[in-house]
Amino acid sequence: MTTDRREFLAHAGKYLLLTGAAAVAFDKVMAGRPAEADNYRTTDHWWAYAIDIEKCIGCGSCVRACKAENGVPLEPFYFRTWVERYHVRPEDSLHPEVDSPNGGYDGFRELYAAGDGSKSFFVPKMCNHCADSPCEQVCPVGATFRSPDGVVLVDKKYCLGCRYCIQACPYGCRFLDPRTNTADKCTLCYHRITKGKTTACVEVCPTGARQLGDLKNPKDPIHAFLKDNKVQVLKPQMATGAKLYYAGLDGSVR
Amino acid sequence: MPPVEQISGFMYPNEMELQWSLLIVLYPYITGLVAGAFILASLARVFNVAAVKPTYRLSLLTALAFLLVAPLPLQLHLGHPERSFEMYLTPHRTSAMAMFGFVYLWYLMAVLVLEIWLDYRREIVEAWKESKGIKRVLYRALALGADNVDEESLRVDERVGRVITIIGIPSAFLLHGYVGFIFGSIKANPWWSTPMMPIVFLFSAIVSGIAAVLLLYMLVSWLSDRPVDMACVDTVARYLFYAFAIDFSLELLDLVHRIYEADESFRSLDFMVKTKLFTSQIVMQIILGTLLPLGLLGLIQVVRVSEQARKAIATVSSLLTLAGIFAMRWNVVIGGQLFSKSFLGYTTYKVQFATREGLLPAVLLLLLPFGILWLLLKLLPPWKDEHPAGLPEVI
Amino acid sequence: MRESLRHRQHLFRVAALFVTGLLLFVAVRALLVPPDFGLYGHYRAGALTDIRKTAPSFAGRSACADCHPDISEALAKGKHARIGCESCHGALGRHAADPEKLKPAMLEIPALCLSCHTANVAKPKKFPQIDPSDHGDGARCTSCHAAHHPGDAP
Repeated sequence: MTTDRREFLAHAGKYLLLTGAAAVAFDKVMAGRPAEADNYRTTDHWWAYAIDIEKCIGCGSCVRACKAENGVPLEPFYFRTWVERYHVRPEDSLHPEVDSPNGGYDGFRELYAAGDGSKSFFVPKMCNHCADSPCEQVCPVGATFRSPDGVVLVDKKYCLGCRYCIQACPYGCRFLDPRTNTADKCTLCYHRITKGKTTACVEVCPTGARQLGDLKNPKDPIHAFLKDNKVQVLKPQMATGAKLYYAGLDGSVR
Repeated sequence: MPPVEQISGFMYPNEMELQWSLLIVLYPYITGLVAGAFILASLARVFNVAAVKPTYRLSLLTALAFLLVAPLPLQLHLGHPERSFEMYLTPHRTSAMAMFGFVYLWYLMAVLVLEIWLDYRREIVEAWKESKGIKRVLYRALALGADNVDEESLRVDERVGRVITIIGIPSAFLLHGYVGFIFGSIKANPWWSTPMMPIVFLFSAIVSGIAAVLLLYMLVSWLSDRPVDMACVDTVARYLFYAFAIDFSLELLDLVHRIYEADESFRSLDFMVKTKLFTSQIVMQIILGTLLPLGLLGLIQVVRVSEQARKAIATVSSLLTLAGIFAMRWNVVIGGQLFSKSFLGYTTYKVQFATREGLLPAVLLLLLPFGILWLLLKLLPPWKDEHPAGLPEVI
Repeated sequence: MRESLRHRQHLFRVAALFVTGLLLFVAVRALLVPPDFGLYGHYRAGALTDIRKTAPSFAGRSACADCHPDISEALAKGKHARIGCESCHGALGRHAADPEKLKPAMLEIPALCLSCHTANVAKPKKFPQIDPSDHGDGARCTSCHAAHHPGDAP
């Protein structure tokens, strides 16, 4: 054989071998890629959330729907999402009166009289699914994590229940599920959004105050929301990279 | 979890229940005693403060007894203690808690146990050769079957032991500094979040450790009918005073800084200290636990008093110190959870009695190290004129 | 040389103990760490699958239109157009899966309507809200307002 043909055969053999090896490796890798099992690709999405304060009527549908969809304990100190009511006297905006009776589960009884010179509004709260999440940073074992599509989740089979993440969240959105003794919080209805549905809270919100957004989708309405409104995140000084954007958020909100 | 009526003002709904309980107060207290006792031991070994030599071995054994108990309150507190080994399997490198697992292991194995072993080797081998039956097997195992205790070997031990103690000092700093960092690095909690936290924790640990050993030294001497070396007591008390002066200054600095800067959390925290934490912080920690012992210890530095009086002052000061440092841990851990992160409200913590995280297990866990220490003292007597395992002295 | 080694034999035994411990740790670790740990980040990749396994309780807006086209049309023309069926009717996932077997519960009027429409100073001014004691003379809401298109009579 001439050198050319030998070289050719050597190269061809090498490439065939590599392709075969790559195919085997690819299969092995795919076998361990559960998130790509159906046609949902985590890398196609970057989930965020938008809340328009001026539209929230404090009906509590979101709170009830979340507890129903996710089986959250019904006691008044376990919430994946809740609604707060703020009553701000303009002469003392640093000290608003805030209440959240059973998280807003049963709505809000009228407590204030109209025309007393103050302003009131509702603020729905939930996990901010921070891009630089402090709760994920402190987890000692990797039981809480941020998925590739931007949702902060808890691995209930791995969590020790040390509660460090609950201490580290500046927004108070985590709790320890007393039935599983593991940390728990809003999962952005991951089991729904990965199947093309929306979250339970957005599904039932009657005024459209709540919106799920996918920042990687150029056609998603959240881009218009972010452009057309003055938006804020909670506690921006903590630099958590929160992805829950509020429009119309008053400065008195904690 | 508290019924909703125990909330005053507004708290985020998930904040009403305290996450870290009495057991998590106990844990930094215990590791603090470890670090403090070890620092006292290193005063003798590394800084050659001869007067405190009588407490050297006692300090090490005290440190070991408490270090062995330290993980227990954590295990009782976890939602899934059976998964705690995951911290060693898949430690999250950004988590102070995970890294602490390795610091603990390092300190236990490579520093404390090794140092104790090297210092006691001669007596262990002696006890091996002189015992019979199960005691013989025990001491042989402790010696790792090596019986070289000639002069040269002991010189090797001395050199290696000294190196270990030198490494041990920053390790002890790391051990308890890390616990402080676990709290101090939580930006979400303004009561905890300060770069001073590891340092304050460390110095209060040193204070509590020295106080513990001082007390134990006088107690064990009294129980075993040995005369108390007053030069030792005076010197240890003096070091307690110095450590306390530094600790107090640091905490005062933190307080002044908070009051001066008066950031958004100040009003809420100030109110909390003056109401919910009044007894534990103002009365227990500051007045009874810091100012009084500081005053007493400072007094005997400048005024001449009788031996009896000095012993009494040392005892009382140590007891007050130990109570005060416990109060400090309580104020940090529990205090950090009594106020809302909205700065608009407070909750209450009621200690239960016979539950998994109640008063009863806490008391038992505090008593356990003394039981272990008693065993260790029997196994490895601290003062060289005694023989191990209570064999009669040869005159 | 042998002499100096003899003086250090206890140190070698300690070192051997440490090395054995380390090797044991490495072996145990290899056995116990979940195989899919670390695939996407510092967590067990299988957790994503576990979390996705939850069965949804809410069917979603589009699910109802298939069997109830008339109501969907009426809804779309009225003021309640943007409200999903399950906002008022509760989770209907199981009903959508087996319509005959699981019929949704009857709704409580006026409690349901009032949960949104009771006047409250904290609600946006533009939102339609009424004082229940001062509206409708105690009649049921649906006497005057068609539930799915409330602007019209039923």
